[in-house]
Amino acid sequence: MNPLQKVAAIILCMILVLIVLATILVPTPYARQFRDVPNAGPSIAHPLGTDALGRDFLSRLLYGTRVSLLLAPAAALLSTVIAASLGSAAGFLGGWFESIVLAATDLSLALPWLFLLLTVRAMLPLDVPPMASVIIAFLIMGLLGWQASVRVICATARGVRDSDFLLLARSSGCKPARLLLRHVAPNLRPLFYAQFWISIPLFILTEANLSILGLGVMEPMPSWGNLLRGFEDFPALAAAPWRLVPLILLVTVVMCFQLVLPSQEVTQ
Amino acid sequence: MIKQEKASKLFRNVLRRLLFLLCLGIGGALLSATFVRCAPGFGVQERELDPRWSAQSVEALRQEQMLHEGLASFYLHYLVALAHGDLGESDSLKRPIRELLRQRLPVTGNSVVRGLGVAWLAAALLASLGLGSRGWLCEALGTAFSSLLLSLPSAVVAMLAIHVRAPVFCPISVVVFPRLHRYIRSLLVRSYDQPHVLAARARGLGARPIFWRHVLPSAAPSLLALFGVSFAIAFGAAIPIEALCDSPGMGQLAWQAALSRDVPLIVNVTLIVCLVMLAANSFADLAGRAFAENNE
Amino acid sequence: MMRRACIVFAFALVLCWPFLVSAESASQSGGELHFCLRGEPKTFNPLLVEEDASETVRYLTGGVLIRLNRQTQALEPGLAVSWKVSEEGRKISFRLRSGLHFSDGTPFTSEDVAYTMKALMDPQLHSPTGDSFRSDEGQVIVQTPSTDAVVVIFPAPVAGLERLFDQVAILSAHSPKKEMAVLGPFYVADYAPGSHILLRRNTNYWKKDKEGKPLPYLDSIRLDIQRNRDVELLRFRRGEIHLINVLDAEYFDRLQKETPAATHDAGPGLDSEFLWFNQVPTAPVAETKRAWFRSTEFRKAVSMAINRADLSRIVFGGHAQPAFGPVSPANHFWFNSSLSVPQYDSAAALRLLTQAGFRHEGGTLSDSSGNRVEFTVITNSGNKSREQMVTMIQQDLSQIGIKVNLVTLDFPSLIERITRTYDYEACLLGLVNTDLDPNSQMNVWLSSAENHQWNPKQSKPATVWEAELDRLMLSQASTISDKKRKADWDRVQQIVAEQQPFIYLVNKHAMSAISPAVVGSSPSVLDPHAFWNVEILCLGSDPSMGAKK
Repeated sequence: MNPLQKVAAIILCMILVLIVLATILVPTPYARQFRDVPNAGPSIAHPLGTDALGRDFLSRLLYGTRVSLLLAPAAALLSTVIAASLGSAAGFLGGWFESIVLAATDLSLALPWLFLLLTVRAMLPLDVPPMASVIIAFLIMGLLGWQASVRVICATARGVRDSDFLLLARSSGCKPARLLLRHVAPNLRPLFYAQFWISIPLFILTEANLSILGLGVMEPMPSWGNLLRGFEDFPALAAAPWRLVPLILLVTVVMCFQLVLPSQEVTQ
Repeated sequence: MIKQEKASKLFRNVLRRLLFLLCLGIGGALLSATFVRCAPGFGVQERELDPRWSAQSVEALRQEQMLHEGLASFYLHYLVALAHGDLGESDSLKRPIRELLRQRLPVTGNSVVRGLGVAWLAAALLASLGLGSRGWLCEALGTAFSSLLLSLPSAVVAMLAIHVRAPVFCPISVVVFPRLHRYIRSLLVRSYDQPHVLAARARGLGARPIFWRHVLPSAAPSLLALFGVSFAIAFGAAIPIEALCDSPGMGQLAWQAALSRDVPLIVNVTLIVCLVMLAANSFADLAGRAFAENNE
Repeated sequence: MMRRACIVFAFALVLCWPFLVSAESASQSGGELHFCLRGEPKTFNPLLVEEDASETVRYLTGGVLIRLNRQTQALEPGLAVSWKVSEEGRKISFRLRSGLHFSDGTPFTSEDVAYTMKALMDPQLHSPTGDSFRSDEGQVIVQTPSTDAVVVIFPAPVAGLERLFDQVAILSAHSPKKEMAVLGPFYVADYAPGSHILLRRNTNYWKKDKEGKPLPYLDSIRLDIQRNRDVELLRFRRGEIHLINVLDAEYFDRLQKETPAATHDAGPGLDSEFLWFNQVPTAPVAETKRAWFRSTEFRKAVSMAINRADLSRIVFGGHAQPAFGPVSPANHFWFNSSLSVPQYDSAAALRLLTQAGFRHEGGTLSDSSGNRVEFTVITNSGNKSREQMVTMIQQDLSQIGIKVNLVTLDFPSLIERITRTYDYEACLLGLVNTDLDPNSQMNVWLSSAENHQWNPKQSKPATVWEAELDRLMLSQASTISDKKRKADWDRVQQIVAEQQPFIYLVNKHAMSAISPAVVGSSPSVLDPHAFWNVEILCLGSDPSMGAKK
């Protein structure tokens, strides 16, 4: 680890501690409206001011950070699991299965998912509590975000398949399932970790983009993307620079994740 | 003789690949049409809420929307028409889709090409500057800059572009640039670390001859592959950016089509987007593979 | 050397002076007005107009027999010099202006009016404009006794008949250009789909100003197609467009801080925002919930527990007025001023709920069988003020122990839920009212109608009060006496206020932004707010906000 990576890791740890303590730290519930002071500037009661409905911005930020930082890794885990199982199976088995998986990956990389997400949203049931809808939003992202990793994992698994130790294992009568679990998967593990790690910032960014387009987390639940929705009004931002805090936090976290990434070679 | 055989084999391979891509593209288009067709809100129009309509007119509206009810027959008709070069008519805009695409595609193409140009120029310049100067500050600044841009949500970039009234290619290049910078940088680093380059350097060859004669040729195929990938990234980014910036290109068209559940339009827009993306990615693949074969 | 240069310059200036002056006075009348359309116009055929963008083009290009003055809300002669309604509102006779020509030079005669009316009333056309004339089955008879007289006879009386002609732009029966030949102040000169529409002055337009100068003053209008409202605002700020016809409260406040002279708040508009509960008997909603939604006390309690003053103050920045009925106070004649203003009173709401058998314990409300009162409100995504309203209602209702969830859906799936599957519990939407007449709301209040949202398409009225609504609506539609109609319509408003099938929340103000460079503007409550008097608008010499080309 170089010094820069150490700094990034420390920042990430601090933010993690912050979100764990969020429930203790938040001055007020995130949805509580102080209707006498909408759009207020920073004060002792509201250190980051209030939003258009008079909700405490700091509370929303802390809570939103928690939502984004807990659920993005969950989505990343899901997508990595999908990518790992599909990719390693495809690389290991080869043949028509590999062709199908790769074609599906190509296709799904090429589809304009954004527009399809619009329709996916409409299919969800209505009477779910806000937290469940947030989890669903990230689940969908996780389900749709596996394509990029599959190709890398598949290519590496193909390399493992042709390796000598696997030939040896196969010749000594090892069953395919055992081969896959005992020999292929452990060899690919660093790659899985790397893919998982790369996906986290990607999902954070995806959530932000979707929420800005109105396809992400529902009100009144805050998330980084939701907090960025007021960004259309740049002149007002200049007058109220504290509104930039969510963006700064987001950029910092994503940058830290990128810096802490394992060596570049693995990621490509 | 062998050469000729090789060429015909290559030709057959390329042809097969193209056919495969076309099938995949059509498959993708039909898939997304199925998706939109099955999504709630299909065959429903905002105007049904207009209290001026009489019951008979509302009924007629609904009947009109029922036309694409049978998905299988819609597919069949679409494929037959497509084979004749007829793309059909948009349900929501009531205009021939061929005409819509002819108007929109050049807008997007223009933004993508210009955005790519700017991004490549900036990325190549910054990467070579970072490596050429060999100072840690320059290098660190370059990396920090590109990773800052990489960390910005593209929607925020698009909003910023709206605010400064930058043309659409600017946010596209901002999105593509940091990715390109990373790849180009690591490519150049790898090329400079190759034994023959090291040997040339040890023998005191100048920086310029080393770059032009040794580094660039060895990195060229990868750069070519990168070009394909970057085109796919740029095109993929252009779609949401255009939708956000309201630029009259493919992105805006696709967004509208999805919002109004316009199946004929969705099919064609997805077909085009899929084909472009698939072609760019396969180009990258082919270039990469050719490079690997050459090395063998 | 220096002196010589000065002299030459002064001489040049003197020579150019007349040109400079004339250039300035030319800008007094003429110039190009720029503004944005928020969507692609779906048609240029005035008979098929159904959305805002086409409506704008129709208003600017179409010539109508009778024009509703958007300011005074009175009818004024257009292509017809005079008109007379007879036979209880079944027959209308027009006397037309003579010697008029369409924009392409084709002469205008009574034949064109007959052609337009026949086309409009064709049942196969399915035109919302035509549908509003349709009071009963049967043929519409159009007679043309002479080239400047037209008589239209409807199969049944049409209430508020002459007012409807404000929407009927006359087509040419003979012009080879078909609907592109117009009688209005402008004609469509260029259309670049997805980008812009250019309208040019119709030199054949009939109207003249007081001094006999031909109208309109403007040379052309450029309508840029721009969906993104932030971009629209930004372009206005930069002086690239001259006006924003409909301005949201949020944007209004932003703009007012910078250029107070450019913003106009014409007071409460006709549009209203409201919330309703799904009472459809066949809807896939839990039986217990349907029982709440059908209870008048429940609806009234919810209405009472909503702080409308806060909604208009916070969500609309004060640019809205608490609403309590289907007619906005802006509709001077038809508004029932004797309705009592609902008070925000959560204690009274709780009392009402307790009377109806609900229990409020530990901060949560439950019904008589112990089910926690909770429902989901759907609204369309992308509408910030509606999302904010629901969020505020969440907090208001939590004070009487009701839990509210919010789900935003894109428009098509929302409409599918409220018109086909009825798979929703409550919905918050707005109604855009363009017409002042109660007849335009026929499809909302009749229990058999499609737009009777809380329980549409009933074969027979589900409740006594809905039966009375039906009776009153039919009664007002079949009479021509405004007094009798007003009495019926007042009673409708009274019933709606008592029963709260729609819980009206706010009437948004009609707000627009007009650059000081535009001379002659006087924004109105009725749409089109900012350019209803487009004929007499012109661009002045004030450079502060003029469109920079």
